[in-house]
This record gives sequence, C-alpha cells and structure tokens, in this order.
Amino acid sequence: MVSTSFTPIASLAGGVLIGVAAVLLMWATGRIAGVSGIAARLFPPYEDGEFAGRFAFVAGLVAAPVLVRLVTGSLPAQTIEAGTTVLIVGGLLTGFGSVWGSGCTSGHGVCGLSRLSVRSLVATITFMAAGMATVFLMRHWS
Amino acid sequence: MAILVQFAIGLIFGLGLMVSGMSNPAKVLNFLDIGGIPAGTWDASLAFVMAGAVAVTFIGFSRVLKLARPFFAERFYLPTRSDIDPRIVAGPAIFGVGWGLAGFCPGPALTALGFGSASAFIFVAAMCAGMVLARFVAHWPSLTRFVTPADPLET
Repeated sequence: MVSTSFTPIASLAGGVLIGVAAVLLMWATGRIAGVSGIAARLFPPYEDGEFAGRFAFVAGLVAAPVLVRLVTGSLPAQTIEAGTTVLIVGGLLTGFGSVWGSGCTSGHGVCGLSRLSVRSLVATITFMAAGMATVFLMRHWS
Repeated sequence: MAILVQFAIGLIFGLGLMVSGMSNPAKVLNFLDIGGIPAGTWDASLAFVMAGAVAVTFIGFSRVLKLARPFFAERFYLPTRSDIDPRIVAGPAIFGVGWGLAGFCPGPALTALGFGSASAFIFVAAMCAGMVLARFVAHWPSLTRFVTPADPLET
C-alpha cells in the first residue's frame, strides 16, 4: 500500500465544490447529481430526452484533470494499486451494484443524505461497511 | 445553453473530486482501511469530503427546492420512495465490494479518465459493462416485480 497524508482542509474544500455542483445541477435541471445514474443512462434503454445534458456532465468530469493540467502544468497525486484483474472485477461490481442499488457515493452519500432519505442512509452505511470489510480482508487477512 | 451549464457543473464536480483527493484511489483505500488505525496509516480525509459536500448540499437543496421550478426544466425530479427493499441493501453491498477492491467509485473513476492512465480506462470499461448489465436485468420482464416499473433506477 501507498501511504497518503491527512488533508482535512483540501478535502473539506473539495467536498464544498462537490456540494456546489450538486446544488447547481438541482437548480439547473431539477435532478439529483448521482454519477452512477447519470453515467448508466448514457446507455440504452433511453427513457427520456436528457442524453446530451448527461453526456455534457460526464464530459465535464473527464475534462477537469485536462483543464487542471493545462492551467497548472501538473496533476494531483493518483496512485492506482490494483492490477488488471482487480480493476475489471472491481469495475463490474461497482457498475452493477451502484445501478442495482439506485445510486453511489454521490447520489446516496451526498444528495440522499442531504435530503434526509432513509433509503440513502441505508445504502450509504451499507457501501461504506462493504468497502471497509473488503479493504480489511484484502490488507489484513493473510 | 443548458448543455454548456451541465458541462460546467460536471467540471466543478470533477475539480472537487481532485481537490478533495477522491480522485486518488490510494487515498480512498486508506480511508476505508480501518484496520490501519492502530498502525497510523488510516487517512480520515474523506470524512471531510463528505462533511463539506453534505453541508453545502443540505443548505443548497433546501433553498433551491423552494423555487417554483428548475432553471432549465419544467419540474424537479426527486426520488419519492422510502421503503427499504432488498435491492437498496444488495446493490450498495455489491458496489461497496467493488469500491474496496479498486478504490474507485463512479465519479472519481470517470474523472480518472482525464488523468490518462490505462488502469482508469480498464476500470471504467468494466464499470459501464456492469451498469448496462444491471439495467438489462432490471428491465428483464420476469424481474420487473422487484422494481418500480416507471423508473427502475430511482434513488
């Protein structure tokens, strides 16, 4: 594992930006800023005519580091320790589970908790617990 | 115009993920690693991401939802369900395992694409396959009794 340093101020500031984005999306489109729901609806079946807006939002997510690199000339640290097999299994489970459970960290964790949704609270506790259990097994169970 | 605004909102969201450190899977895994608390390797930063995001969203939503309608849409599309069904536990449990394996949840995984690493592309390709599969299964006629027919993906 790669050790990382505790960054409460930067993390809080980043969280505020995420919150601002969630509020702006609700203000603009009237929809929850749930990345799994937005990304999943880029694929058929299409239930409404909102494809372009969702594509633009995802393009914005992808463009953020491109813009940061253009402006500052560098990128923040990113260490991906997982190998190909773990990436594929992890990706499949992340994609399937977040759609099956109607949301991920953003939809349930940020927007749902902010709306005091009981379903989102159950979902958030569950994915946090499952994530912690998985990391525990991967790192400390040998 | 609405499209441009949504691009800008995605950009702000992505910048938030980068500033907060969530775009770094190592940081996410070190947060999830409560077994690292005794050794001092636990990184509590992501609790601050959550706190900042929820605080702003809680206040912001309460203001925005007092408006008659969104700026670019006719109405607000808010989830209405409050029942605890098996899917609201099973889905997040499956997602949590995937999150703990690689350290990516959907938002940071998409933003990681812009970092240009091959690993992010592999993860996102698999994630999209998982999403398509979940939607396919949810729309499967014999399974629709488990989901709300109008919108199987409602939060």
